[in-house]
Amino acid sequence: MIQADLNIILPEILLAVYAMVALLVGVYTTKDKLAPLLTWITAAVFVLIGAWIGMAGGGENIAFDGMFVDDGFSRFAKVTILLSAAAVLVMGQDYMSRRGMLRFEYPILIALAVVGMMMMVSAGDLMALYMGLELQSLALYVVASLRRDSVKSTEAGMKYFVLGALSSGLLLYGASLVYGFAGTTKFAGIVEAAGHGHIPIGLLFGLTFVTAGLAFKVSAVPFHMWTPDVYEGAPTPITAFFATAPKIAAMGLLARVLHDAFGGVVGDWQQIIALLSVLSMFLGSIAAIGQRNIKRLMAYSSIAHMGYALMGLAAGTAFGVQAMLIYMAIYVTMNVGTFAFILSMEKDGQPVVDIGALNMYSKRSSGKALAMLILLFSLAGVPPLVGFFGKFYVLRAAYDAGLAWLAVMGVIASVIGAYYYLRIVYYMYFGEETDALDEGRSPVQYVFLMVSAAAMLLGVVNLFGIEGVAQAASMALVN
Amino acid sequence: MTIVAYAFWMFAICLITGGLFTVISRNPVHSVLWLILTFLSAAGLFVLLGAEFVAMLLIIVYVGAVAVLFLFVVMMLDIDFAALKAGMAQYLPIGLMIGVVLLMQLGLAFGAWEFSEQADLLRDAVTPTDVHNTAALGHILYDQYFLLFQLAGLILLVAMIGAIVLTLRHRKNVKRQNVLEQMWRDPAKSMEMKDVKPGQGLS
Repeated sequence: MIQADLNIILPEILLAVYAMVALLVGVYTTKDKLAPLLTWITAAVFVLIGAWIGMAGGGENIAFDGMFVDDGFSRFAKVTILLSAAAVLVMGQDYMSRRGMLRFEYPILIALAVVGMMMMVSAGDLMALYMGLELQSLALYVVASLRRDSVKSTEAGMKYFVLGALSSGLLLYGASLVYGFAGTTKFAGIVEAAGHGHIPIGLLFGLTFVTAGLAFKVSAVPFHMWTPDVYEGAPTPITAFFATAPKIAAMGLLARVLHDAFGGVVGDWQQIIALLSVLSMFLGSIAAIGQRNIKRLMAYSSIAHMGYALMGLAAGTAFGVQAMLIYMAIYVTMNVGTFAFILSMEKDGQPVVDIGALNMYSKRSSGKALAMLILLFSLAGVPPLVGFFGKFYVLRAAYDAGLAWLAVMGVIASVIGAYYYLRIVYYMYFGEETDALDEGRSPVQYVFLMVSAAAMLLGVVNLFGIEGVAQAASMALVN
Repeated sequence: MTIVAYAFWMFAICLITGGLFTVISRNPVHSVLWLILTFLSAAGLFVLLGAEFVAMLLIIVYVGAVAVLFLFVVMMLDIDFAALKAGMAQYLPIGLMIGVVLLMQLGLAFGAWEFSEQADLLRDAVTPTDVHNTAALGHILYDQYFLLFQLAGLILLVAMIGAIVLTLRHRKNVKRQNVLEQMWRDPAKSMEMKDVKPGQGLS
């Protein structure tokens, strides 16, 4: 029996073993000199495992007595997580090497965080959920304060750690209430115990606390306060990582808990998620207007985007989950491109984060400015770019589920949010003349920026077919 | 009164007294000693509940390690406990609020709590009757929860890597002890015989 179970979690085992072997090799050989190579190898391992999971396919497998679920939904999320983590690793390597931040532990910690994320999206039990979440978070706390001689970086790590501990506390308290009600921590048992329709107050408290704990991880308002500070303080490649893979994992986990464990009482969590969604969209759109630091701006942007993804989830239908998955996949692609651009922003070798430095950027490097323009339009959700289709899907899911007011709010928030994306475009094309930024040195960042921008243009044809895959994934989760 | 009931009241009274004096005693060393009494009484209560493994854990981990660590901290660090206690009035409202929340939780647990109808059937770890509960815990931990156990190991590994990454500094000019080099030394390599002429000395 254990043989069959181990076969099902083989990708996770291989990645964990790879991380441990890499750690041993790193410790016993040249340590940090090995780091650039190790970063590339780790990214290659991510891509290989991602391709393997993507190709494997094959129904729903349950391992360890329901603790680990390998289905279409988890495979979709895992492939997105692995590919985005690989992209962020390789595009940040040059930035970190030149500033002496590339420790050999960095790719290893990222690999272990990815193992945690893969466990999260496959969790079929409250305890497995928590273990995956902690594995991921603990590794992220460490990488956030990787630049330990910088006050801002250590502050970011500290804030993230303390608030993360608080959110874990909320989550565990909720989980204990749910366990107290259902007598089991397995999602399959909880959904049976919760039944349909009326739920008692104890379980409602449990559901609310679990949702609140997970809302911290997706940085939904009002649990978002750590996001801008952590995004600003952490080294930029790590900020890029925070904005991509962990968000998909947390969203996937939230969808799994809500549908697998509380699928019978959709009405009870729908209102919580809808509220989180509205608040996130508006706060993300309005608070970013005053920001001149592009990393803080991206933090608010990610809060707003999480609001839209939550809107898909709030629909409570299979189509809603499909819309959420499509939205997340598009969001991650856009963010990889945008952060590739942010990583290349520097003057005299020093990183620049002020958006004023982008004045008249189009004159000096028109290609990159054009790519960034496409990405920003796409982030704002301007048709006919791919970002628009992401928004279109979640709005339609909300409308179809009878949440027309939520869809209207979403449209209003996206109009407000468009202002700060377009302001960057304005600076790049019509701003005042200022000192020039350096030419980007890393070809990897250039490639990712261009590929991501091209994807935003070419994807309008058929969204690269993710629509069908996301539908299959959502059908696996909601039935 | 049966012996069990007698033991319960004794442990309970010790526990509450210990907890109270941990908070109010002026000398921090006394506080830690009261805390140890509290832990021991709690362990006694666990034994009465039939949870002897948890009781032993409480004694080994909390009394044996944590409380001793507290004692070290209290005795070795120069902490001004009077200054720490000065903010009492300031933190009182928050403390009271937490107390109210705890009371509400107890109310929820003992008053309005509803179990699911299936809860009894769904229970994962039913208290076993044929083996003692340390063995039963072992079965669950290393068998049923094998995956979680391994994941916990990975989490500890991450914690270890993190602690090292964030604190280890390589200093260049530190003289380290090289054991092999020390062992391979012999008088021929490390001593030199000099013939010192009278009245001249060594230059």
